[in-house]
Amino acid sequence: MLEDYVLLQHYWWFLISLLGALLVFLMFVQGGQSLLWCVGHTEMERRMLSNSTGRKWELTFTTLVTFGGAFFASFPLFYSTSFGGAYWVWMLILLCFVLQAFSYEFQNKKGNLLGSTTYRVFLLINGVLAPVLIGTALGTFFHGAEFIINKSALVDITAPTISQWSNSWHGLEAVINLWNVCLGLTLLFLSRVLARLYYLNNVDDAAIVARCRSGLVKESVFFLVFFLSFVIHLLLSDGFAVNPLNHLISIEPYKYLNNLLAMPAVLATLLLGVLLLLLGIGLALFSRSKRGIWPAGLGTVLSVLALLLCAGWNNTAYYPSLSDLQSSLTLTNSCSSHFTLKVMSIVSLVIPFVLLYITYAWRALDRVPITEDEIKDDHEAY
Amino acid sequence: MEVIDSSLIDWSRAQFALTAMYHWIFVPLTLGLGVVMAVMETIYYRTRDVFWRETAKFWMKLFAINFAMGIATGLILEFQFGTNWSNYSWFVGDIFGAPLAIEGMVAFFMESTFVAVMYFGWNKVSKRAHLTATWMTSLGATLSALWILVANAWMQYPVGMHFNPETVRNEMADFWTVALSPVAIMKFSHAVSSCWLLGTIFVVGVSCWYLIKGRHERFALSSIKVAAIIGLLATAIVSYTGHKSASQVAQHQPMKLAAAEGYYHGEHGAGLVAVGMLRPNASWDNLDEGDSGFHWKVEIPSLLSILATHDPQAFIPGIKDILAGGYELPDGGKALSAQQMMQRGKLAIDALRDFRLAMEAADQPAMTDARARLDSNFKYFGYGYLRSPSDLVPPVPLVFYAFRVMVIATAAFAFILLIFLMLGARVTRSRPLLWAGMATVPLVYLASQAGWVVSEVGRQPWAIQGILPNTAAVSKLDVSSVQITFFIFLTLFTLMLIAEICIMKKSIQKGPSV
Repeated sequence: MLEDYVLLQHYWWFLISLLGALLVFLMFVQGGQSLLWCVGHTEMERRMLSNSTGRKWELTFTTLVTFGGAFFASFPLFYSTSFGGAYWVWMLILLCFVLQAFSYEFQNKKGNLLGSTTYRVFLLINGVLAPVLIGTALGTFFHGAEFIINKSALVDITAPTISQWSNSWHGLEAVINLWNVCLGLTLLFLSRVLARLYYLNNVDDAAIVARCRSGLVKESVFFLVFFLSFVIHLLLSDGFAVNPLNHLISIEPYKYLNNLLAMPAVLATLLLGVLLLLLGIGLALFSRSKRGIWPAGLGTVLSVLALLLCAGWNNTAYYPSLSDLQSSLTLTNSCSSHFTLKVMSIVSLVIPFVLLYITYAWRALDRVPITEDEIKDDHEAY
Repeated sequence: MEVIDSSLIDWSRAQFALTAMYHWIFVPLTLGLGVVMAVMETIYYRTRDVFWRETAKFWMKLFAINFAMGIATGLILEFQFGTNWSNYSWFVGDIFGAPLAIEGMVAFFMESTFVAVMYFGWNKVSKRAHLTATWMTSLGATLSALWILVANAWMQYPVGMHFNPETVRNEMADFWTVALSPVAIMKFSHAVSSCWLLGTIFVVGVSCWYLIKGRHERFALSSIKVAAIIGLLATAIVSYTGHKSASQVAQHQPMKLAAAEGYYHGEHGAGLVAVGMLRPNASWDNLDEGDSGFHWKVEIPSLLSILATHDPQAFIPGIKDILAGGYELPDGGKALSAQQMMQRGKLAIDALRDFRLAMEAADQPAMTDARARLDSNFKYFGYGYLRSPSDLVPPVPLVFYAFRVMVIATAAFAFILLIFLMLGARVTRSRPLLWAGMATVPLVYLASQAGWVVSEVGRQPWAIQGILPNTAAVSKLDVSSVQITFFIFLTLFTLMLIAEICIMKKSIQKGPSV
């Protein structure tokens, strides 16, 4: 019974990590928005780019919603602690995505009140801020946040709040930690690299293709500098370990390095992910291939998956508290009940079918790359 | 000791209400138009008549403009459970999180994947595949509503769970009891059919505008015909499920029913107020026996008793009776007074405190004793947080008038849709009727909002009926933070709404290509 429960907790952390990894991959949409003026020099080029990522933005958005819903269902104490405490970070992320949601649809519609440029600026804001903020928020999984949890507080009828934030910045303090920001910048440049690879595959226009290739080197270098800095820092830094017997949390030197060594499959996943990502970039840089997005996309998913597994598996506190070590969130103390995890695990069997129809829709829409003629003739185009 | 600021609760509620009301402007049209355009595309698929393809395409264009706004506001709504109601998220997250996750995995992905195929896939996939995508989009939106309404119904009628004092939360005990609770089924049927009604009234209203302008006559008459048929079906479902929902409210949320009826003094053979005007200063604590609190009212004798219980002589408790207790419950027991329930709630909270202390001390007998006291009083747990019986009374005038707007407007819609269906092409001869058709569009939005006001304002002060009031559910934040985000959302959503209306207006003015 207990073993089954622990297995389910790990299974749900895997699913949360997978959703997070898919979200990071799908943020090529954000990367594309941040490149709208860099890669698109004419109005027609910008429309082609906008339509290219515009047919995928719902997937990124839906993945974010599902990531939130799945976290709520499987680890509700994280939902209540982080969202209720790091209020401003999450609110800024949400606002970024709200701006995105209507901007695609409204940007080229007559009567749109604010003008096409305003909506594109909204897309740019979302394109830059969303990866940086999400990366910064993910950084707190490794570097912690300032909160205290006291479940007995519920019996205090005048102040029954269980999860309390320990400072008045409510999440904005995460940007003071440079390594959180480093992860945010990693995500920003990763999204821009992926966007260039996606455009290469999805837009049939010589000028756009040339600009995507020419800017790829610089973006890739920035990405690699931030990514490697973050990973090296992570492997050399202390982590937050959980004693599986008494559930006490303590600081352990080289915890994340130890995690990778203790979980060779996760280490292999990380290495394979990085290799595939480099392969995708290399294909675009050193050959005429336009398929670099696929190995790079898969590599992104595997790398992020491995890093997030490293944050929660192998008796690790995935959301450490810097105010009270024992308040740190672990898979055991923050998860849903055994029954709920079991029910949700049965529901999760639909995921392969969901992935199947997403694949079908993706292929159906992207079989033929976007051309200038298509945008001119298509009345439904953005 | 830090005390939760009451203005924090008010602003958190205001922010949630704001987001929910904006969300409910866009979602019903998505659900309603989804069915209308899917039916139209089906006619195209069967007849191969290009007219129906272009008709469906026109409504799809309006659907797409509206769709993005629905999901933008929905995103904020979902995450607000965590950001503004953190205690709630832990206290019931084990149950409440599941429908939200299922909505994302099962429904929202379906909707957002196929909407791209529907919108951009006309020349990229076969006709059959496109029709499937259109229906899948509509189905996805409906399933999305299903899981959200299951979650909402559970807040109104919490079943299928037990409280675990070790984790200090409610835990799911039976998934199907949660998912298929009678309240959830009625809430889903009622809300979704009301969305179909709203979508069809919208189609009729826009079509009437074309007929007034003398443009696109075939398009407008065909759209009216399809919309009127679906709308009348929706009206029948709305009426039936509305009646059933009211019976459930009478049983599980008597205070909400009493507020919706402006009903202060209970009686056998209670009458239903068809229309009336409440005195602004009327309140449960200043009305004498025999004073109904109305300036005037038109009442149908015994109808409330019949609708609530199917017994014309049944006793329906008023607000004062619910607070005073002592009347006979449907199960034969005696109702407790508000004071008694608050006392039992405090006993439950004390028992939880004792349990936690005993658990820390590893004192098993004390834990067993505290657990027994907690279990026997847990039904009233939330009452322990209330300060006075008046906390239990929702804003009566708001709920009373909202209920009448919803019911009377729905009856008017049924009448108008029936006339449009019966007249067919002859409707073009009656300009007043066409104007009436157009005028129903704002009215249907008003009625739709009023329905949620009855449902959500009527259940105050509860986040979870009986076990968690808003005061114990809220996140500990600075009031100024919530005020700032409230005004950001207000500005942003209002701008978006104005932009959407302007874009829709331009699209409608341009018209379909047939």
